[in-house]
Amino acid sequence: MSRRRIQREFMSVVAMKKENAQAAAGASAGTIAVSAPAPPVSRARALVQAMQREVLPPVMGAALFILLWALVSATTELPSPLKTWQSALQVFSDPFYQKGPNDQGIGWNILRSLARVGMGFGAAALVGIPLGFLLGYVGFLNRMFTPIISVLRPVSPLAWLPIGLYVFKQAQPAAIWVIFISSLWPMVLNTAAGVTQVPHDYLNVARVLKLSPWKLFSRILLPAVLPYVLTGVRLSIGVAWLVIVAAEMLTGGVGLGFWIWDEWNNLNVEHIIIAIFVVGFVGLALEQAILLMARRFRYER
Amino acid sequence: MERFVQIENVNMVFETRSGRYVALKDVNLNVRRGEFVSLIGHSGCGKSTLLNLVAGLLAPTHGVLLAAGREIAGPGPERAVVFQNHSLLPWLTSFGNVYLAVERVFGMSESRAQLRRRAEEALALVGLSAAAGKFPHEISGGMKQRVGIARALSMQPMVLLLDEPLGALDALTRANLQEELMRIVAASGTTTLMVTHDVDEAVLLSDRVAMMTNGPGATIGDVLDVKLSRPRRRLELANDPAYNRYRTTVLKFLYDRRQAAA
Repeated sequence: MSRRRIQREFMSVVAMKKENAQAAAGASAGTIAVSAPAPPVSRARALVQAMQREVLPPVMGAALFILLWALVSATTELPSPLKTWQSALQVFSDPFYQKGPNDQGIGWNILRSLARVGMGFGAAALVGIPLGFLLGYVGFLNRMFTPIISVLRPVSPLAWLPIGLYVFKQAQPAAIWVIFISSLWPMVLNTAAGVTQVPHDYLNVARVLKLSPWKLFSRILLPAVLPYVLTGVRLSIGVAWLVIVAAEMLTGGVGLGFWIWDEWNNLNVEHIIIAIFVVGFVGLALEQAILLMARRFRYER
Repeated sequence: MERFVQIENVNMVFETRSGRYVALKDVNLNVRRGEFVSLIGHSGCGKSTLLNLVAGLLAPTHGVLLAAGREIAGPGPERAVVFQNHSLLPWLTSFGNVYLAVERVFGMSESRAQLRRRAEEALALVGLSAAAGKFPHEISGGMKQRVGIARALSMQPMVLLLDEPLGALDALTRANLQEELMRIVAASGTTTLMVTHDVDEAVLLSDRVAMMTNGPGATIGDVLDVKLSRPRRRLELANDPAYNRYRTTVLKFLYDRRQAAA
């Protein structure tokens, strides 16, 4: 929505540019310019308007948030925004130091968390997307598995942690297992829904052409379902990133969740706040990356 | 009379939630090789159902359908369909949509260059060479429908099945495409069965117009032979008494049955 607005704004600026150019051309050709040339301030004004509409609100929102935070921190023991900022500069000045297994830089924490999410999520994608295709395409399988999925899906991801610990006897694979199970369902369900919603016309085309199963999959099913798959992927990544902090708090090792817990034990509240922001920004970046990818595969009808 | 497409005593019954619905009853129709036959009737009379039966997308409850002497057991590229809503794959270009069909039909026997040439020729036939690289959402409704026609013709089908191919287009585009369709069908000599609810379109394009009664239990009420010489031109025919007589015949048939449809 907002992207479109920016685009519109841009177009109007371009249109004004053109108008100016035409007026100038008319003048240089020696003709009498009857219409008044567009005022030169209009371009600058359009830019200012775009700024007011697109940049000002988020900046004001952030300012208000920091102000409230400052007020709360003035009356409680919560660290102030300034103190947190100074601490953050320090944390990020050396993101990749290593002082033993429990004291590593923020960069390592982020990377280790991302690696866990990547492994759990990757395994879930490898299982979930093909399973989704199967469930969507074979009605019998769908009816067979839907009740089980309906029961397992609402279970809190952390409820699976003890099962993982019991089976794998180790913290690391147990954390990955939790990510796997929690990011599995959105991909299965969205892919299956996508397959059942492939327009009938496309399938009729495939029938008239008598496409081979492989061609049917690669030329019709896969492209038709891809947007749904990517929605599932986006939801899954979101869930996985939500869960990783909690999982790491419980399993330990290097990672953002463990870092938060460790700093709680050290009573370093600034670091906890920094970690919260880092988790937020990384999650946002992951989601935007998938959205960017999804836009590439959206087909206007 | 040579019978290229035979429809014999076809009944079509749908099992719906509210019980059995007899869509078609005792339908008989023969189409000669190279002939252009239209199916016309009120909406919901089962003309598209009949076309889908010939396409093989549906199987009849009773009766037999044959194409070139062989029973129609399922859909296949030898009976190409142009669907009403173009049904182009949005992730393929115009060329890609046509190529998919060409590749399927001729991929076993021809080189890639030959296949590409076939797809290009099919697009040239409908006047869309310039839009070959465009995606369906980048071209107009009329152009999409022409790509659909090119896709169908590129398969060199025995029978071309048109399901209200111009139904969703505005009047001007429609008139243009009707003339183009006549030219294309004449050039390829393909046997054609077209579903329409447009009286002018049916009379203008067809050698025969099969007029269907209303459902339930619809059947072919009458078949009109259109003995107008080809090539036909819409403007010249507008004041042609024979053309107007044919038109009136079809209109009267439909008008007499409007009550049941309403």
